[in-house]
Amino acid sequence: MITHTARPLKVVLYEGKGAIPLPAEARLKVMTALLDKGYAVARVTTSGSQTSAPQDDHTLLLLGSFPERQAPALEDVTGRIQIEARDITDLDAESIVALVDKTRGQKPMNEPGKWKPWFPVIDYSRCTNCMQCLSFCLFDVYGVSEENKIQVQNNDNCKTNCPACSRVCPEVAIMFPKYQAGPINGDEVSATDHGREKMKVDISSLLGGDIYSALKDRSAAAKSRFSKERSPDKALDERKKCLTKLVSDGFIPMDVLASLPSPDEILRKSEIAKARAAAALAAQPGAQPAN
Amino acid sequence: MSDTPTLLYCRCAYAQVVPSGVKNAVLQQLCDSGASFETVSDLCEMTAHRDPRLQELARCGRLRIAACYPRAVTGLFQQAGAPLPEGTEILNMRSLTAEEITRQMLRTEDLAMTAEPA
Repeated sequence: MITHTARPLKVVLYEGKGAIPLPAEARLKVMTALLDKGYAVARVTTSGSQTSAPQDDHTLLLLGSFPERQAPALEDVTGRIQIEARDITDLDAESIVALVDKTRGQKPMNEPGKWKPWFPVIDYSRCTNCMQCLSFCLFDVYGVSEENKIQVQNNDNCKTNCPACSRVCPEVAIMFPKYQAGPINGDEVSATDHGREKMKVDISSLLGGDIYSALKDRSAAAKSRFSKERSPDKALDERKKCLTKLVSDGFIPMDVLASLPSPDEILRKSEIAKARAAAALAAQPGAQPAN
Repeated sequence: MSDTPTLLYCRCAYAQVVPSGVKNAVLQQLCDSGASFETVSDLCEMTAHRDPRLQELARCGRLRIAACYPRAVTGLFQQAGAPLPEGTEILNMRSLTAEEITRQMLRTEDLAMTAEPA
């Protein structure tokens, strides 16, 4: 699981009592420049709700144009948050960003352009916890929670611009908010989108994904099929065939195919994923014990 | 917890999927209003890193968000362990015009707007 990385500053553009409102053009330039650098910025005026104070060890940096260019000394009554105030009268946007950077110091921060937030987001209102995504993804992006619920656990393992798992999800429940087209980008799922489920089931069948439905049903027929499809060579061939089709259809980038692990590694990962998915499914409420 | 909605604007700075004309115009109109508001560089990036600030925002009580597709925004907050409160309004800068967004964001029946626009 990726944990929070440093975002050491919350910036407040203060235009409330005791401060002089900034000229409109300057305000927009400052907000834009700070946001495009990766900072979170709140604008506080005399109206509206109060800004939320950081709940962790962040520093709150208050910027404003103050009378006599004198920023007030501020203190968090709880002593939890460090509050710093700076006067920005007559400073241009560039100088203000430099001032904020200086206050941040050497503390690292995520910055736009250096990394693309590309990872799946699960729409739990649609997800049926079928585990197709877990068994499909070869990059360990998915895992299961302690409650055996599918979840995204390793965002950074996801391959940029590859929405392949959303293509195999039978319920159109996997979104990539940075994707261009719907419904993968989070747009509403239409009847037509859902009608593509049949095609998806075919793809998941190629992957042996129906094994997991079969595990749910505990049908004898499915068990038989499961045993046939456990042939390692066949499983590998089918997975490659499916991925190649997704590439040729323009659904996933070629470099994803190129970055696949070795065949042995694919088989190993595939077996681990299958075992995890099967265990999670078997542990779900209502699952029948295996014979 | 205030009954006044907290306004939140997402810049979508890590990828250019929100039309820049729309997001710039929305930010400009928020800036030109007398309203207080919160902005973040990118909700996706915050979710990826399980930024605790998302929980702070979700605890605001009422939220009015200018960002992306509502299904995606809801999923992002949920994935970060910060499910959005009921009644959260999500306005999609990928499909609506800047005027439609700001009209909804700044509608005044429940928004204290005592300050004069600059």
